[in-house]
Amino acid sequence: MNRIVEKIDLSENVVEMVIEAAAIAKKRRAGQFIVLRIDEKGERIPLTIVDSDTERGTITIIFQVVGKTTAALAALKAGNFVTDVQGPLGNPTEIENFGHVVCVGGGVGVGVIYPLAVALKKAGNKVTSIIGARTKDLLILEEEMKNASDKLLVATDDGSYGFHGFVSAVLQNLIDAKEKIDRVFAIGPVPMMRVICNVTRPYGIKTIVSLNPIMVDATGMCGACRVSVGGQTRFTCVDGPEFDGHDVDFDLLTSRLRMYLSQEKEAMERYRCAHGG
Amino acid sequence: MEAEEKKAKEKRVKVPRQKMPEQDPKVRIHNFDEVPFGYTEEIAITEAKRCIQCKEPGCIEGCPVEVNIPAFVRLITEGNFIEAGRTIKETNSLPAVCGRVCPQEDQCEKVCVLGKKWEPVAIGRLERFAADYEREKGQVSIPEWATPIGKKVAVVGAGPSGLTIAGDLVKLGYEVTIFEALHKAGGVLVYGIPEFRLPKRIVEAEVDYVRKMGVKIETNAVIGRVKTVDELFAEGFAAVYLGVGAGAPVFMNIQGENLSGIYSANEYLTRSNLMKAYLFPEYDTPIVRGKNCAVIGGGNVAMDSVRTALRLGAENAYIIYRRTEVEMPARIEEVHHAKEEGVQFKLLTNPVEYLGDENGWVRGMRCQRMELGEPDESGRRRPVPIEGSEYVVDVDTVVVAVGTMANPIVPATTPGLETNRRGYIITKDETGKTSREGIYAGGDIVTGSATVILAMGAGKKAARAIHEYLSSG
Ligand SMILES: Cc1cc2nc3c(=O)[nH]c(=O)nc-3n(C[C@H](O)[C@H](O)[C@H](O)COP(=O)(O)OP(=O)(O)OC[C@H]3O[C@@H](n4cnc5c(N)ncnc54)[C@H](O)[C@@H]3O)c2cc1C
Ligand SMILES: Cc1cc2nc3c(=O)[nH]c(=O)nc-3n(C[C@H](O)[C@H](O)[C@H](O)COP(=O)(O)OP(=O)(O)OC[C@H]3O[C@@H](n4cnc5c(N)ncnc54)[C@H](O)[C@@H]3O)c2cc1C
Ligand code: SF4
Ligand code: FES
Repeated sequence: MNRIVEKIDLSENVVEMVIEAAAIAKKRRAGQFIVLRIDEKGERIPLTIVDSDTERGTITIIFQVVGKTTAALAALKAGNFVTDVQGPLGNPTEIENFGHVVCVGGGVGVGVIYPLAVALKKAGNKVTSIIGARTKDLLILEEEMKNASDKLLVATDDGSYGFHGFVSAVLQNLIDAKEKIDRVFAIGPVPMMRVICNVTRPYGIKTIVSLNPIMVDATGMCGACRVSVGGQTRFTCVDGPEFDGHDVDFDLLTSRLRMYLSQEKEAMERYRCAHGG
Repeated sequence: MEAEEKKAKEKRVKVPRQKMPEQDPKVRIHNFDEVPFGYTEEIAITEAKRCIQCKEPGCIEGCPVEVNIPAFVRLITEGNFIEAGRTIKETNSLPAVCGRVCPQEDQCEKVCVLGKKWEPVAIGRLERFAADYEREKGQVSIPEWATPIGKKVAVVGAGPSGLTIAGDLVKLGYEVTIFEALHKAGGVLVYGIPEFRLPKRIVEAEVDYVRKMGVKIETNAVIGRVKTVDELFAEGFAAVYLGVGAGAPVFMNIQGENLSGIYSANEYLTRSNLMKAYLFPEYDTPIVRGKNCAVIGGGNVAMDSVRTALRLGAENAYIIYRRTEVEMPARIEEVHHAKEEGVQFKLLTNPVEYLGDENGWVRGMRCQRMELGEPDESGRRRPVPIEGSEYVVDVDTVVVAVGTMANPIVPATTPGLETNRRGYIITKDETGKTSREGIYAGGDIVTGSATVILAMGAGKKAARAIHEYLSSG
């Protein structure tokens, strides 16, 4: 049982939670994640560790409400408990002084890229960050990302704030402006990561993406999280979650993410009926 | 007098081996309840009386943990069921599990003298009976506490191997903590073997027993991630036992294998057993309930998967196996159960490609017919493809059950720990000693996928070795 210490609504559908998990807080590094189960009948869902506080023994997660489990999690309050938190899982991000790195985060992916930006900055990189959301109200962690980066660029799909358009267009602009870029980290919805990879591919800029396939055990035992990278089957939980984006088969990832659509809808409808709204 | 005794003996052994009462196949394919009901007291006594109490019993030697079989069988004949259960527990801490899943036909029952002329004593069923009786009567005894000797041992993995060594070491007075990656202890017993063969409440009771003996079990603790083995030593553990199992799925690397609807057996069974997906939506974890489900492989894991598919509502559930039934590694009893339940066996058949629909969902598999050639290194006749024999089977779910590999996390994060080319941990001898001082290993992570009882046997031997190591230093 892990206690929820704090809960903050970042936007309509995005929640930040601080959860007690001392051992994980002590050990975790940028790029790693946890698997969480809210209760005995719950699903095991993976969520990235955004931050940690070793003194308080807590970790921070940021998640978007997309289905039953995340909705039920969002309904919990500070002082409530979740049944299990397992982690830290996955390989930490390879952090080095690459030179100039660009961190691109979309939607809730900004939460995932934030610890990377912090670590990359600390390693001596010049960090340019591009963050985006559909609209201004959905933008998260702007202040934090600004502090973690040498330069922060913001984009919204509807133009309600910052650049009007996608984060990929902002990245294209940087490249067109002949900025020397040594490495790109892109984390967000699968279509966004795919587009960013398409932007950097012609210039040979190495682009790291963090994949989010469906997971069960997250210890390499089940193979649910398999993805195809460079024509080879890899397990995201133990081989990833980060991979060279230019080698990733995004079509496969997209179709496998849709595998349980009808059951997920059923679960969500039942949950809504039971909880009103 | 002697002649009379002899006659009585003759009469006893001629009693047929007692049948196991079971759920009707037509009924049981619609539920996940256990298939065999277990012996009643009467049947158990009748069966136990068949044992002739050999002076030099082969059955004990046939048992990897040397259960005193004639002794517990005799106690059953006397109606002393509780004592019978305790006698088994002297050497076997998981009797209700072993009584259900051990391949007795290859172990104790294989060497039972009665088997030479008639049928062997049903040792496994009697073991199950005694263990169930003790548990159900709530008279599970907890062994006396040994005097603590003030030394800590860490066990990685709460499968049968880890649970066994932990139980043995606390009995010797060690402070033992098991670190388990998943949220539940039991290893394959909770995530792999289905409810209808091994009810989870039984595993829970046995895990509980180990806890009551004083073993600490930390779940959600992936060693290698949250702590390395070296960090365990730094925390004051004097020895570490690795019982992490061989839980990494093997795929065949054929075209289309990552299509939606294609599972590894581990995923399929974990969703169903550990996560209770068969009770969706009461439980949150979903599973695909296919109409036409093919399971690739011929072992116990394949049988468990195909029988799960049936219970999830498959109209056609196939076993696709490249050899014939003779070479099939599954227990005969499991194959028999699967057949009774309507599983269709497509033997001498191998998948060569999976076909997908426009949504990336599997819709068929191209199979090739095989014939048997010369024996290969496994001693079984090698399957050889028949040219031009390919045909398509319509399927909407596939479960790949062709074996497992070593889980890489612990070896990858423990410098100096030697593994072989397949990733399994190399041990120096029977005791489980590895290339690193103070680190022992056993179970599937050393042998590759084997059996519950062998994993337990490895835990027992390592317990003795660790005790010796820590007493001499
Ligand atoms: C390594 C990793 C890190 C992640 N980090 C974050 C994060 O920091 N913040 C965040 O909001 N989301 C993150 N996700 C995604 C998050 O796990 C899913 O949104 C969540 O599982 C959805 O569960 P649900 O029951 O609410 O939705 P469901 O109704 O079950 O599913 C909604 C969608 O979520 C995806 N999904 C469903 N089950 C799983 C599962 N077990 N594992 C992964 N994806 C699933 C599928 O695409 C599905 O269509 C991460 C995923 C991975 C693999
Ligand atoms: C579906 C199926 C059916 C089977 N049927 C039978 C049968 O009928 N009869 C029989 O005798 N055998 C059967 N077996 C084989 C038997 O279950 C195994 O041989 C046995 O469980 C091996 O025991 P173990 O303790 O070595 O490993 P496991 O049971 O695999 O347990 C290992 C444990 O270690 C944990 N772990 C792994 N890595 C870490 C880590 N880094 N940190 C912490 N914990 C970790 C795992 O989560 C797991 O709980 C079957 C196997 C399967 C998969
Ligand atoms: S070998 Fe068979 S008959 Fe002899 S003691 Fe063992 S179980 Fe009884
Ligand atoms: S989630 Fe099971 S292998 Fe990665």
